[in-house]
Parts: sequence; structure tokens; C-alpha cells
Amino acid sequence: MNNSYGFGRIIFTLVLAMCLKIAPLPAMFAVYNPDWVLLTLIYWSLAVPERVGVFHAWTFGLLTDVLTGRLFGQYALAYALVIYLCLSLHRRLRQLPFIQQALFIFFCLLLSQLLLFFIKNIQDTAQLKPTFWLPVFVGTLCWPLVYTVLRFVRLAKPIKTD
Amino acid sequence: MRLFIAVVVSIALLMVEHISPRLDPVRAALSLLVDPIKYLVDLPSETANRISNSFSTNATLKEDNKKLRNTQLLNQIRLLKFEALEQENIRLRALLENSFKLGEQVLVTELLSVNIVPPYENIVVVNKGTRFGVHTQQAVVDANGIVGQVFRALPNSSEIMLITDPNHAIPVQVNRNGLLTIAVGSGELNRLKLPFLPDNADVRPGDLLITSGLGGTFPQGYPVAVVDTFTPPASQQITATPKALLDRNRELMIVWSDKEPVSLAPMQAPSQTGVEENTHE
Repeated sequence: MNNSYGFGRIIFTLVLAMCLKIAPLPAMFAVYNPDWVLLTLIYWSLAVPERVGVFHAWTFGLLTDVLTGRLFGQYALAYALVIYLCLSLHRRLRQLPFIQQALFIFFCLLLSQLLLFFIKNIQDTAQLKPTFWLPVFVGTLCWPLVYTVLRFVRLAKPIKTD
Repeated sequence: MRLFIAVVVSIALLMVEHISPRLDPVRAALSLLVDPIKYLVDLPSETANRISNSFSTNATLKEDNKKLRNTQLLNQIRLLKFEALEQENIRLRALLENSFKLGEQVLVTELLSVNIVPPYENIVVVNKGTRFGVHTQQAVVDANGIVGQVFRALPNSSEIMLITDPNHAIPVQVNRNGLLTIAVGSGELNRLKLPFLPDNADVRPGDLLITSGLGGTFPQGYPVAVVDTFTPPASQQITATPKALLDRNRELMIVWSDKEPVSLAPMQAPSQTGVEENTHE
């Protein structure tokens, strides 16, 4: 019924996350830039699991692939897997204290980053620098921020769940 | 079940795109959805540029104008000789019954300030794509030397792999003695590696490396890099500094070499977009 309204909000935040993902930062800070799209997807899948499913994650993963010029299906695969995990555990995760939630986010980001590295390595010889893992840590640290902001966006006017 | 489908489809897509360019139309179509994001992200720096331009004073403009006039004069004088030398070169080549490729067309493009990849992969995005006839594996230069090559052309933008990308290698030639080698990217914007030189190779610090034209992607004779200082026996660690200002330039030029002449009477590229043409036949 009110479907399109809440969905517009979700898509808006995801587009914003995509902007952040390719934001032009100086090389010094760019290594810290976490995967905003995945963080946003995780939040929405935990908050409104009946709205954001594996399929949406996959679609936005595909769009991220096109945006960042990766092989087709790379982000799509990673996002779909992570969101599946979130969806199957979302009831338990909501009960957990914040620290443990952050730990779970950490593992999600790590899983996605590992998959991306694995696929990149098949494609060509990727260099594994220590800075490669920084976005995972920074992403975990950013989780409270993402959580607060997106919660504010979600509750600004409640999305009806039918 | 949904996860299973998603995983299978992703892996199928990965495999198909890894081996063939069959999915390029799909990517082009999807990029129409996504490219606005790139332009959106570019907007702040673009407006900042415009604002700083409009606030530049009369004095600086006059100074710039004077400086540009001087360089223009110098360039013109150099070109005077160039025409004569080119004719002479053609005549000499004719004596040797040797063919010579001449005439390259360039298209001026502007960098979009976005970071689409992690910083240790050097790929940048420019604002012209297949709608202007850009295609993959074209050389990209700036006023000082080779910048890279077109890695992927989308309708409204194209991705350019810089020569310093760790997955990029460019066939070069030492300008002083014609020694051929390959310069491999190091991942840092100010360094190329020359790993394939023997211990006794005649390379000196300060040597200019130019494109050799082998491999077909890069036209011959553009400056690429200058060899850094090194201690003579350590030939494995010879590095070079790219001539092009890889991290400072906003304007890049995409080159069409003669091999594939592209009609540059573009659909919506009027003359002020900077389409130039060297008509040396």
C-alpha cells in the first residue's frame, strides 16, 4: 500500500551510500573509505527484513559493479551472501548488545572483502596490501554512525509494515 | 533458494565476463542508470573550480594571458621546424621504402573527480564515452606524456587505466639509443618499474623513455617517463618517473592513431569541445 514511500527512502540512502563509496578523497584517506553500500544494506535488512531481501542486495551489488568498473557479479555475490546471513539471523541480532552487533558487522564486512579479494585474484594478480583490510575496521567503527543516521531516516515518518 | 539463485547467477556472470565481452551492452545499459552518480559526486569539485575561476582577478588573468601567449609563440616556432622535418622524414622513409604512420586525432576530455577503485589501483574516470566514439585500448595523453589507456568505454564516461597501475605494462624505448624494454606500473603515481633489463643494459639516470609503438596500443614516439637515479649494478631496481602529471591534470586527451581512422564529425560534438585534427597526409 504505502510501499513505494518507504522504498523511495531506502533507495535514496543507498544512492547516497554509492556516492560516498566513490567520493573523491585524497589517497591518504581513500584507503580508509569503508563499504557504505554494504553497511546501508545491512542496516535496512536488519531493520525492515520484509522490505530488503537478497534480491535487492544482489541488484544493488550489480549496480555497484557497474559503478566501480569491476567484473559483473562481484559485489552482487558478496552483498547477496552477506544480506542472506543478516536476514537469517536478524531476530537474534536485534536482541544482542551493541558490541556484539558490531562484531557481527565486522565479520560481514570481512566476508565481503575476502570474497572481493578472492574474485579479484582469479581475474588478475591482486596485490594484498595491509591497507586492504582497513575499510573493514573503519566500517565497523562507522557502524554506530550508520545505525543512528539510518534509524533517524527510518523513523522520520514510520514505514508501514503490512 | 533465493540466495542459491543469486549466487549461481553471479558466478555465471563472473565467468561469462571474464572470458568474453558479450556482456558489454548490458553494462553500457546499466551504466546509464549509474553514471549520473559519478557526475553528481563530481559536482562539488566542478563548482569549486568554476567559483575559483570566476573570482580570479583581472591581474592574474592578464598574467596568465601573457604567459600563454609566450608559450604559444614558442610552440609555433617549434612547429615551423616540425613541418619541414616531417616532410624530410617522409622523403627519407620513402627512400627506404618504409611506411610511416602519421596524423593522430585527439579528443579533449575532462577528469571526473571520483575514486571508483581502492587507491592502489590507478584507474580514473573521464567524462567522454562511446557517444563520442571512444573505444577500449586507446592511448590517453596529456601535454607532457602518456597517461594511460582506455580500459573500459561506457556511453557517458570511460575508465582509464594509468600507466602506473600494477596491472599495466607499456612497451617503451630509451630515446638515446633505441633500447627496447617494458615499463610496468608500480601502484604509486610517481613511479614505473623497469624489471626486464639485463645487468649490462645501457640505461643511464635521466634517460627519456618514449613509447616504442610495439604492441599496437600506444602510438610511437610519445614521452613516457624519465629514468631515476640508481646505483649501476642493481639493474633489477631501475625505476622511472612518469612525464605526465598523473595526479594533477584535469584535462586529458584521448588519441586515435591512424590505424583506425574514426570520423570525427561527431554527433553532438561541436567544434568547441576541442576536437582537433592533424591533417598531414
